Amino acid sequence: MNASVDTPSRKAKTRNRIKITTSEKVYYVIVNLILGVFFTLVLAPLINIVASSFSSADAVIKGKVLLWPVDFNVEGYNAVFDYKGIWRSYWNTIVYTVVGTGINLFMTMVAAYPLARKNLPLKKPIVMLFMFTMLFSGGMIPGYLLIRNLKMINTIWAIVLPGAISVYNMIIARTFIQGIPSDIEEAAKIDGCSDIYYFWRMVLPLSKTVIAVLALYYAVGHWNDYFTPWLYMNKTEKYPLQIILRTILVMNTFDAESMLEDDLLANKALQDLLKYSLIIVSSVPILVAYPFAKKFFLKGVMIGALKG
Amino acid sequence: MFTIRQRQLGATKKSYWRRICENRQMYLFLLLPIIWLLLFKYEPMYGAQIAFRKFKLAKGITGSPWVGLENFRKFFTSVYFSRTVGNTLYLSIYSLVVGFPLPIIFALLLNSVRSKAWRGWIENVTYMPHFISTVVMVGMLKRVFDVNTGLLSNVLSLLGGGRLPFDMFIGDTNFRTLYIWSGVWQGTGWGSIIYMAALSAVDPQLHEAATVDGATRWQRLLHIDLPAIVPTITITLILRFGSIMGIGFDKVFLMQNDTNLAASEVISTYVYKVGLTSEYNMNYSYSTAIGLFNSVVNLIMISLVNFISNRVNGSGLW
Repeated sequence: MNASVDTPSRKAKTRNRIKITTSEKVYYVIVNLILGVFFTLVLAPLINIVASSFSSADAVIKGKVLLWPVDFNVEGYNAVFDYKGIWRSYWNTIVYTVVGTGINLFMTMVAAYPLARKNLPLKKPIVMLFMFTMLFSGGMIPGYLLIRNLKMINTIWAIVLPGAISVYNMIIARTFIQGIPSDIEEAAKIDGCSDIYYFWRMVLPLSKTVIAVLALYYAVGHWNDYFTPWLYMNKTEKYPLQIILRTILVMNTFDAESMLEDDLLANKALQDLLKYSLIIVSSVPILVAYPFAKKFFLKGVMIGALKG
Repeated sequence: MFTIRQRQLGATKKSYWRRICENRQMYLFLLLPIIWLLLFKYEPMYGAQIAFRKFKLAKGITGSPWVGLENFRKFFTSVYFSRTVGNTLYLSIYSLVVGFPLPIIFALLLNSVRSKAWRGWIENVTYMPHFISTVVMVGMLKRVFDVNTGLLSNVLSLLGGGRLPFDMFIGDTNFRTLYIWSGVWQGTGWGSIIYMAALSAVDPQLHEAATVDGATRWQRLLHIDLPAIVPTITITLILRFGSIMGIGFDKVFLMQNDTNLAASEVISTYVYKVGLTSEYNMNYSYSTAIGLFNSVVNLIMISLVNFISNRVNGSGLW
């Protein structure tokens, strides 16, 4: 890895460069060494999980797997596919994520657009009303009682409505909309364009970037959410993936009813293998989305940082 | 007929009500978000008054008898007060001391890497754990540190040291180490992004000039890069101090078991247990009181830090 440090491509802008001294070399060696160690520490567990998931149950339980599959095998994935409870919850998570993200985007953009406008009367108190909720909240029980009183327990609404707007994301959207040149709006107004029409035909299409950023923020949030369903869902058939993951990965309990293969209950080795495969299966959408997610999340951080 | 000048004057002098009226469509946009805000954010704040009552579901919020500070007194005098507040502070100060400087150091070092490809690899790999859910994160911890099948144990036995001699998850000795360092594993790469953004704004001419004057890379890191990210560091630090009593529920709860409660019972998990599990009889009022105490302390902390920052630094969050 150190060899790649002094690439010749740097030559172009090094007209004034002073020859690299020994102390400089030592600096780069140390820096790359530190980063290399951290890089390895982050990567190794990830690779180990993948390698284990493709190994045999026997190799996993005997502790043979390091960074490459031992007795390449998909029995772990077969066990996951045969576990009905996982697929029901997988579907639930997809539904919660899609519906939830849709509501998030609608509510966030609809709130962000008026608050991005200059000179909107009452803007300041309304923004304060939003901001205050970032600093203070009623707490777990009053929130729970509210959902109970609204008869939303065990419904999708308990999951998608309480967090419909993340104020932080709303501010990102607002900052972005403020960046749309105001002469577009003035021109549209002169042509007799109403605010609603302008929002629909100009603001939304011009905000594609920030909408994509927020969609990813929200979708990953829903996919990974454990707390909300844990509070508001108490029926097995409504559980999202993360709750099933907890029972299997963290509590190490398997539900006899939702298995097709009876031998899983008795087979400790297969149970351990299943956990590795399950980690991969549950993270596939995130892994697939990762390249986009990384790009868009970075954009979000940049827009957010501009504001800060 | 108006001249343009008059029309402009007119625009700035429009009455308040006139401007509200002209923007009525804007308020239509805000209608749903404000209803949502009042219902899902402010109604619970109103509902938090059950902290001062002996709440009975059948009697409703205002129908339940007022008991004043009784619930708070009960908490402050119980053994759980020092335990939960202590554990919360311990965890967040530990994570502040370890988890705050590491992304800064990481960003400074990564920024001085010269190979673009190598830098890209480091970024791609170290950002990835951020996207792993808390449940999977804790599940991975259980796998990697498993006595019989975990990676650590496998590596140890390969090196001839034998398997892990103890289960990391039993007992309270390893809870904090696992919690904090797994957080470092998951968050350092991602946490460095905000600093990387600030570093990318540094004028390359500064570096060139310094190089010509004979400054080493290390000197440039200390005297060019570090000062460039000080404002970002300040803001992040304010936020961290402001949430010093706000250890999140998820990860602690997921890592908790009966054997590590002495180290792992924090305010948020205790609030949950008291309020929503039968173990403690679902004592809504008592639980709300503890939660409210926590929220108020958080609010005071962030206001205080913000005030100090405004005074000392000339800028704060608001």
